[in-house]
Amino acid sequence: MRPLHPLRWIAGPMLMAILATWLLTVPLKVFGLQLPEPVWALAPLFAWAVIRPSILAPFAVLAMGLALDQLWGGAIGQWPVALLIAYGAIFAARPGLVGQSRPIMWAWYAFACALALGAAWLIGLMDAGGRPQVVGMVWQYLATLLAYPFADYLIERFEDADVRFR
Amino acid sequence: MSFRDSRFGEVKVPLAWTAAVALIVAGVVALALLMTDRRETFQAEAYGPARQAADGVLAPVGEVLSAPIRWIGAGVNGVRGYFFAVSENRRLKRELAEARQWRNVAVAVQDVNERYRDLLKLRTDPPIPMVSARVVADSRGPFANTRLANAGSEAGVKVGNPVMSEEGLVGRVMGVTRDASRILLLTDTASRIPVMIDRTNARAILTGDGSGHPQLAYLRGRDPVKVGDRVLSSGDGAVFPRGLPVGTAVRGVDGTWRVALDSDRDAIDFVRILQFVDFSQLVNEAEMAASDRPPPPTEPPAPPSTGPGIPSRTAAGQPPPVKTPAVKAPAAKTPSTPPAKAATAPAKAATPPPKPAAAPAAKAPAQPAEPPQ
Repeated sequence: MRPLHPLRWIAGPMLMAILATWLLTVPLKVFGLQLPEPVWALAPLFAWAVIRPSILAPFAVLAMGLALDQLWGGAIGQWPVALLIAYGAIFAARPGLVGQSRPIMWAWYAFACALALGAAWLIGLMDAGGRPQVVGMVWQYLATLLAYPFADYLIERFEDADVRFR
Repeated sequence: MSFRDSRFGEVKVPLAWTAAVALIVAGVVALALLMTDRRETFQAEAYGPARQAADGVLAPVGEVLSAPIRWIGAGVNGVRGYFFAVSENRRLKRELAEARQWRNVAVAVQDVNERYRDLLKLRTDPPIPMVSARVVADSRGPFANTRLANAGSEAGVKVGNPVMSEEGLVGRVMGVTRDASRILLLTDTASRIPVMIDRTNARAILTGDGSGHPQLAYLRGRDPVKVGDRVLSSGDGAVFPRGLPVGTAVRGVDGTWRVALDSDRDAIDFVRILQFVDFSQLVNEAEMAASDRPPPPTEPPAPPSTGPGIPSRTAAGQPPPVKTPAVKAPAAKTPSTPPAKAATAPAKAATPPPKPAAAPAAKAPAQPAEPPQ
């Protein structure tokens, strides 16, 4: 069986996450409410850390973080650092994660989201000198949790695709 | 010869370890980028070429992506206008009746204001040119609140320019490309704007925290603000012109004073970018350059008590005319140009008839009394 090609499990999901983020930057208000802004990048990030160790994945996480900074106009480096912290944590916990049931994986995904948003909050606090509002962060966290099916789909599809990491 | 065939091809490194090294390298790169970011400095050079290139791509694509949203919005408004035409007509008639009353008041107040300005020789700020732009992207998370507008340096937009909607202040430009500009909203955590309370003239710094209602920080005085007070830009620090509508003071659930932004009432579609950089642009440079400076003194100046142009209390035995302080008032209000003009006036009285070039300068003191804006 041929090894898993990075274009399939890294580049594709990365572009999809960036595109989804980009689409939700459309200026739209429905009944006075704006569109949610989940951190889509956390879904492929979680899947990459679970599927297999990779040299390319951390750089893909870096690229996704930079794309978020560009799209949202935040401080350059804020989201790369926050996402890499989450990726590193899940990657370190990978031996205990593989093969767990879906609810447990969702819980780990929630942990990764909390870690990334917490890191982004701390960076925002240090960088801008102002304390980002926690309520807004909680809403973004909840919206991001709903993106787990995307991560689950990637894990189901690619976890067994490379026989060397079964 | 391929890598596998070389003598290093037999070296086996655990993939987990190399992945960990890659993670560390990526982390170092990310940290270095974070350390070098200076977006909060509002300097044109701090907005790097990568950001400019990205915004240059995002703006036209965002415009295309948001086009269906605009069409749908226009369609919904059309349907709503059709079904609610009668109630809207009633509302508009009521508003028109109120507006007519306010128009009469405004005419009277404007007349009084013009007369006061004439009396005080008060110089008002000239109108500031502005550029209209369409918002093509909008980020609204807890960490970054920015918008991308489709007008850039080609339209004369510069970093630091204030941005308004139809209702009130939105933010300021933090980065500019040729065709697009990135607007930092008042709600962003990096936003700090000097404001004042209209009722009490109390000053504060409007501090964004990612929520919809930015906080009023550094409020001074006893009871400087009440719920419902109007909040305007103060003009302090030459960041914004004075008097731009910002919002209404409200009490937050955390007990702090916050501002319900006027711009929130509006749809996110069009913005006006004021081409205001600082107060130096409000000075008429040509007029300053053309102003007639006093000639160098050829003899020691006479003592003030015997000067011909200044009424002498001892000589006349009367108090000075009442109008004298009113002449000095503009000099205190406008430190740049009027002092020079005030200095020229007595000198001309003692010198030969002015040259032709001096004529505009002689008329100059009357110019500040022109109707404002």
